[in-house]
Amino acid sequence: MSLEAPQGGAFKPRILVFSTHNISDPGIDLAGSRHMHYPAPVSTIAVPCSSGLKPSWIVHALQAGIDGVFIASDGDECAYLPDCSERTARIASQAQDLLRAKGIEPQRLKMAAVCSVCAESFVKYMNEFSHVLAELGPVGTIAA
Amino acid sequence: MTEERRIGVYICHCGGNISDYVDVAAVREALKDEPGVVVAETTMFACSDGTQHDMINDIRGQGLDGLVVASCSPKLHQITFRGVSKRADINPYAYTQVNIREQDSWAHGDDPEGATAKAIGLVRAGIAKSRNSSDLVPLVVETTSATMVVGAGIAGLRAAIGLADVGLHVYLVEREPTLGGWVATFGAMFPNDQDGRQQIAHLTEEVAKRPAITVFTNAELVGKSGSFGNYVAEVRINGEPSETIRATVGSIVIATGFDTYEPEAGEFGYGIEGVVTLPEFKAMVDASDGTLTHGGKPVRTIAYIYCVGSRQPAGGNEYCSKYCCAASCHASLEVGKIDPSIHQYHLNRDIRTYGKYELLYTQSREQGSVYMRYPDDTPPTVELTEKGQLTVTTIDALTQSEELAIPADLVVLVTGMVPRANEGLTGLLKLPVGDDGFYNEIHPKLRPVETVVDGVMIAGACQAPKTASESVGSGLAAVAQSAAILKKGVAELDPLVAVVNDAACTGCGECLKGCPYDAIDQTMCDGRTVALIIPSVCKGCGGCVPLCSEDAIDLLGYTDVQMRAMIDSLVEVAVS
Repeated sequence: MSLEAPQGGAFKPRILVFSTHNISDPGIDLAGSRHMHYPAPVSTIAVPCSSGLKPSWIVHALQAGIDGVFIASDGDECAYLPDCSERTARIASQAQDLLRAKGIEPQRLKMAAVCSVCAESFVKYMNEFSHVLAELGPVGTIAA
Repeated sequence: MTEERRIGVYICHCGGNISDYVDVAAVREALKDEPGVVVAETTMFACSDGTQHDMINDIRGQGLDGLVVASCSPKLHQITFRGVSKRADINPYAYTQVNIREQDSWAHGDDPEGATAKAIGLVRAGIAKSRNSSDLVPLVVETTSATMVVGAGIAGLRAAIGLADVGLHVYLVEREPTLGGWVATFGAMFPNDQDGRQQIAHLTEEVAKRPAITVFTNAELVGKSGSFGNYVAEVRINGEPSETIRATVGSIVIATGFDTYEPEAGEFGYGIEGVVTLPEFKAMVDASDGTLTHGGKPVRTIAYIYCVGSRQPAGGNEYCSKYCCAASCHASLEVGKIDPSIHQYHLNRDIRTYGKYELLYTQSREQGSVYMRYPDDTPPTVELTEKGQLTVTTIDALTQSEELAIPADLVVLVTGMVPRANEGLTGLLKLPVGDDGFYNEIHPKLRPVETVVDGVMIAGACQAPKTASESVGSGLAAVAQSAAILKKGVAELDPLVAVVNDAACTGCGECLKGCPYDAIDQTMCDGRTVALIIPSVCKGCGGCVPLCSEDAIDLLGYTDVQMRAMIDSLVEVAVS
């Protein structure tokens, strides 16, 4: 499977990444500091901890026209919550249930732990996710 | 009443780091008429004194109540522009830092159009966050005027003395039975020939003179709880039986030092009799009684091989260990003092005796040492001939590409520094580790001893290869930084904690069960039981927010209104 980003002219899926201030956001910063490329329609909003995300925000994003949401979670490194991985996974699965109920493909939500030096894996995730979303096509506009 | 906000937006060129890829003028043009935006400017360097001054003038002159700076990562300058807000007497939590460098221009140099569109979305989201901010007051906590220094090498010892002298109590924790680390094992050291053992003895005496310093040897930091300004550090003193003590400290200075590179068996002949590492050689020279012998025989010829364990190909130790060139030149001068007729060949890739240490290199050559550069792709080989003669074969890259065979009595592998294996400590403190395995500071120039863990600093060679004097320098920088935090007696913490909407709360208790910090209690409000979050205990993780089935909890700075407004701002046409 090619990990190249979709090329010009093609549909470029808009991705919202939820990162965390102390762990995944520095990893995403590092990707930029090393001038590693990933698709530009990937935008990041940082929060303190991925366990603080509301499933309804994810649904809101996809309803607003974001094509995919990626949770760059704290994983086991979380400084706040020892069970952060389980909590974030629960949030993701609740969000996917809500998406199914609204007829939005649950594959439009992805989650993976991104550590503070995980620049390469972040770029890989973005390129892969962008491909998956490009195949799914633009998010459907479904009345809430 | 968001339309009443008066926000100033500053979009930074960062010299060209941003504006080479992001059309900053187009970003300004797209956003200058956003609701609430009163001032929209582009600036060459937002962090420069002049621009900060201009922002303060704008805030005062235009009556701004919120600030958005689109520049680099918040890790670098969020604190700077919160400071600008404070100095201009507006709420620092109405400031939003938008990262259009690390997370935009630097990542999308291949797509300037996409990078510009992304910047517009990100800055619009930042404006939305500031527009929906509420006035927040920092939480003030009293801090403990004590510091723990972990590692009592030259950096840790000097830091401990400095901390005591600024009036802080110091707990100095050393894993080994004695103080002094590597330097305590060295004789004469570069650049001024002072004896390492004597320097450590002097520092140890100074430590002993100061009642404010409590020393623990055979001891390790094994637990950390509490929060910034008042950490409870748990120290295990190993012995029969082991003992554990607890100390409350305001900051922690990590000065755990380095390990020396241990060559693989067979790497440059390591394992053959007569092939030694730089520290092993240093010990032989230091212990000399006026002669230099090995295996009972006088040493007549020494071959040094430089850059062993440093500057390795990708995947290995790619960094330069920085001290070893000067240390080897210095060692060759020490050998010359023992017996100037000993032949010394220095097979190197480059000689990096930077700064004043260059004089050691000149002296060493003048004294007769021969320096030969070997090609990067053809390092020397070391073998024992059939007659039992240790021989180094090399190519002198600067003369001719003929092979030279040097019979040597001693081959010194000029080994570099590697990070210590400290997984326990790293995991305990959540210290950030770089690709090279050394600890990472927040910023190499602006915040060189602070880590992303509040109140935890790094000093000495645990951060990167350093000379002894550089280690001491960073130890003293950690002293200054600890004093800056702890001498005021109080610290301000971000008030970005969770809050409960009493009207919506049903008192179900789910959030209480979900908080591992016991920051949530219950109280009576209008005859009903509702949740109550204790701000000084709340860590601000937001973990309770999605647990509430009634959407009755907000994390300040990340409220439901702010998050939805930011998401909407990222899409050009928001779905209502």
